[in-house]
Amino acid sequence: MAEDVGTRNAAAGSGDPEVLSSRRTRMKFRGRAVIIPPYVWLLAFFLLPFLIVFKISLSEVVVAMPPYRPTFGDPSEWWGALRQLTIDNYLWIASDELYINSYVESLWIAGISTVITLLIAYPLAYGMARAPAGLRPTLLMLVILPFWTSFLIRVYAWIGILKPEGLLNQLLIAIGLIDEPLLIINTHWAIFIGITYSYLPFMTLPIYASLDRMDHSLIEAAADLGCPPLKAFWTITLPLSLPGVVAGCFLVFIPAVGEFVIPDLLGGSRTLMIGKTVWLEFFTNRDWPVASAVAVVLVAILVLPIVIFQRYQARAGG
Amino acid sequence: MNWRLSRFNVVALVFGFSFLYLPILLLVIYSFNASRLVTVWAGFSTVWYRELWNNAGLLDAAWVTLRVGVISAAVATILGTMAALALSRYGRFRGRTLMTGMVFAPLVMPEVITGLSLLLLFVAIDLDRGFLTITLAHITFTMCFVTVVVQSRLLSFDRSLEEAAMDLGATPFVTFFRVTLPLIWPAVAAGWMLAFTLSLDDLVIASFTTGPGATTLPMKIYSQVRLGVTPEINAVCTILIAIVATGVIVATLINKRRDVRRIRDEQMAAGR
Repeated sequence: MAEDVGTRNAAAGSGDPEVLSSRRTRMKFRGRAVIIPPYVWLLAFFLLPFLIVFKISLSEVVVAMPPYRPTFGDPSEWWGALRQLTIDNYLWIASDELYINSYVESLWIAGISTVITLLIAYPLAYGMARAPAGLRPTLLMLVILPFWTSFLIRVYAWIGILKPEGLLNQLLIAIGLIDEPLLIINTHWAIFIGITYSYLPFMTLPIYASLDRMDHSLIEAAADLGCPPLKAFWTITLPLSLPGVVAGCFLVFIPAVGEFVIPDLLGGSRTLMIGKTVWLEFFTNRDWPVASAVAVVLVAILVLPIVIFQRYQARAGG
Repeated sequence: MNWRLSRFNVVALVFGFSFLYLPILLLVIYSFNASRLVTVWAGFSTVWYRELWNNAGLLDAAWVTLRVGVISAAVATILGTMAALALSRYGRFRGRTLMTGMVFAPLVMPEVITGLSLLLLFVAIDLDRGFLTITLAHITFTMCFVTVVVQSRLLSFDRSLEEAAMDLGATPFVTFFRVTLPLIWPAVAAGWMLAFTLSLDDLVIASFTTGPGATTLPMKIYSQVRLGVTPEINAVCTILIAIVATGVIVATLINKRRDVRRIRDEQMAAGR
């Protein structure tokens, strides 16, 4: 069957040049019609807004609408407006501990949460991959299903559980493990739990995919040659599932750094993650230029992991 | 791998799935609680659901959310499918690298940044903020998810079917609507659903890009959650979960049946 496809493709490849060239022209025509609309859309609503953020991060805050200066309204005054741009907002961010702490805290909270997520997701994915073949599609759907339900709702569900008088504390007191309620909500632990819970499918799915692809006869061969199961796992299964692990870690870490809802609802006022700082700067302080500068720095921090991830995916895919 | 679930595997599965489902389950259970105190069980009651019907603000928000979701998901599906075709069928066109970046960056971009940048754009071009701006914003961030879903389907299908249609003289449009679209249809539908639920779910981007008169359900829920956990919110959440879960399960079942038929059709079309 595979050979059959191969020969047909080869025939098409070396086929009648006239047919091929006419096909190519038509593909080209359809190509433009298909490429241009999404391209223009993304330029207008993704790239352009980004450039505007960058420009406003170089502006001064003023009490007006829009609350920044300069604006590039009149083309004849562009040169004057250009000279008003400053890097003061960046200097301000660099000099204020609040912002630096937000960045550092976001990075390490995201890092620890990624590790915890990995520790829960790996055994789960491993169990799924070893489950009977008939059961696997159902398990897979069960992992994906929470991803479809609202993020906000899933974070909200944890408030009722983690509160001092919440369900977790009631349970722990009832079974006699603790006497005093644990203070979990409004601490880093609540954020770790929230991120782990919300991003668990993103970690589980790539790991499952790489375990599922694995050739099980390798493990059998190792066992036949007298390799203990734990060593076989360590030397065969784990290295082969590494692409899934790496993909999962990026998929959790990158969005977790800029997370807003989880630190806001579960972390209380003492934890400052950078997503929340942007939000506060924008909505509470109404300082659009500083909010923009904080956002630009965040993107600059995230660009490196995003590019590494894309390279890695491209290599793993090809 | 076959039938080799050790005790460790079973424990991992039970723990993993309890972790995923217990919080949602508790939330649903407590929406039927008679007491206003969310953590004290006082008997079964549907009083909070009845209360919802009288909450005009909440119903308004739900209506706005639904309209934004349907419209933005439809447009995002069209644009996203086009982008997927562009990236998987037209090789190296000029600006391809930029397009790939623009398609994949929004997937991992923090929502606060997407929201902030779109708002600043709308302010700069002096567009009144409200229903329209939320919809535009949602189209932008959901279309990239559609692209990923559709692209993975396009990469896995037998291209000789398209080529055969073209060689037999079908125009590109006819080829697309008669051959390509029927084959990638399940992925396009899945893309629409993903876009719709993402739109339904979004708090951050909507908060940035909204204006007076356009409050979405997540914004409403968020503002109430900040004041504390209430059974009404549990009831709203339960309804949303029920709608989404039903949709996903039905879609999965339909897709499964379609998949079986598609494989058969493809094999028949290929003359086997």
